[in-house]
Amino acid sequence: MTAPTLPTGPAALRRLRVRAPAGFPEAVLGRLALRPDDRFVTVGGPAGELFVVFNDKGISAVVPAALAGSDPDGFARYHRRVTGRAAVPAARPPSGLAAALRTGRGTALRYDLSGLSPFERAVLAKTLEIPSGEVRPYGWVAREIGRPRAVRAVGSALGRNPVPVLIPCHRVVRSDGHVGNYGLGVPMKRALLQAEGVDLDRLERLAQEGVRFVGSDATGVFCVPSCVHARRIRPSHQVGFRSSAAALVAGFRACAHCAPAPGGERSAS
Amino acid sequence: MADDLDGSYGAFVRAHADAVYSTALRLSSSRADADDIAQETFVRAYRALRRYDRARVVALQARPWLLTITVNLWRSAGRGAARRPRTAGTGPAETADPRPGPEEAALSSEASRSLVRLLAELPEHHRVPLVLHHVVGLTYPEVASVLGCPVGTAKANAARGLARLRDLARTTAPRPTSPVPRPPSPARRAVAKEAP
Repeated sequence: MTAPTLPTGPAALRRLRVRAPAGFPEAVLGRLALRPDDRFVTVGGPAGELFVVFNDKGISAVVPAALAGSDPDGFARYHRRVTGRAAVPAARPPSGLAAALRTGRGTALRYDLSGLSPFERAVLAKTLEIPSGEVRPYGWVAREIGRPRAVRAVGSALGRNPVPVLIPCHRVVRSDGHVGNYGLGVPMKRALLQAEGVDLDRLERLAQEGVRFVGSDATGVFCVPSCVHARRIRPSHQVGFRSSAAALVAGFRACAHCAPAPGGERSAS
Repeated sequence: MADDLDGSYGAFVRAHADAVYSTALRLSSSRADADDIAQETFVRAYRALRRYDRARVVALQARPWLLTITVNLWRSAGRGAARRPRTAGTGPAETADPRPGPEEAALSSEASRSLVRLLAELPEHHRVPLVLHHVVGLTYPEVASVLGCPVGTAKANAARGLARLRDLARTTAPRPTSPVPRPPSPARRAVAKEAP
């Protein structure tokens, strides 16, 4: 065999430099019981660009780009200032994020809500069930999680929602027809609701008339006004109610989709 | 880093991981051992930084300081026959990236594999300065600070290592499979295939 002499000079040695294996920094941080750095991506949301922060447990924060600087370095500084933690740009978004933003349905995503109380987590889990294009009153969330008197606490918990837009706290409104407060500002709340087709004028008009629930005299079912089934009731068949009790007294039964009254059976969505 | 060790340690590891891992791999010639040594380097470094006061952290020359830990860990790992048993499951073989990096892929893998074999034959006092300067890219004063020797000594030993490597290549070139000093275990042989 007439192999040429093996190159052994500085150039050949320089090529022996290698990359650390993938996952090496995470392995070190894991051994030190330090949380791995947060990762983030920029995505187009229904009302402007969003930074979405995530870790191994799931999505931990959503911040509008308008609030946190428009470039990745600016966001990393913002994130450190607010959370005291480092954030590095991620190569890929968490799976399912694009679909969740497109459909307005964030139920399939994983979230890291580890900084929150059990009550706050219950509020957010229930809020996640509200379909795109519909709204529910604060009192509805309170009742559904078994804390009917904690209406104000529900409002506070939603105000601390670390993952707005994806967990749709903008879909929880006041029962008097006003959209209510929002952590990212009331104009943003209105924009998000209008972007998913909520007819805010109709809801406010009904509320001013004292109508909190609407039913159909054809089916005998009553709903919250924004329920997908309520929106299909013909005006000639529509009946308004001040309270769910009034609807029940009138012989109507509660819609299984929007659960306008306590108890009753419930469909999956 | 002086002000927020926990928050910035991830970035610190990322910045120096390649240099530490390359040093560990080219000294130990096994991916599993390299992963052990490189991870342990950053674990020890973190514990040390916890103890250091602010001025000392600010003044630190991070790369030579880290590689001093790496070289010491490699020396103590090789000392004696009683090696620390590797933990199963979470072991380094699983966390090591089996794919060659882009630089490695560009190399003729046979040539670099042979070069790695020759490197393993060098005596320690030639091999360490050679790896630190030529593979990792430390300056001679940095190599000297890692080895705790005068700069001239570091330079001379790296040069002798280079000359020795050239001689070894000349004497072993006719034989395509050069004998390895230590007979490799099956695991070692599998790893050596991937490590050029």
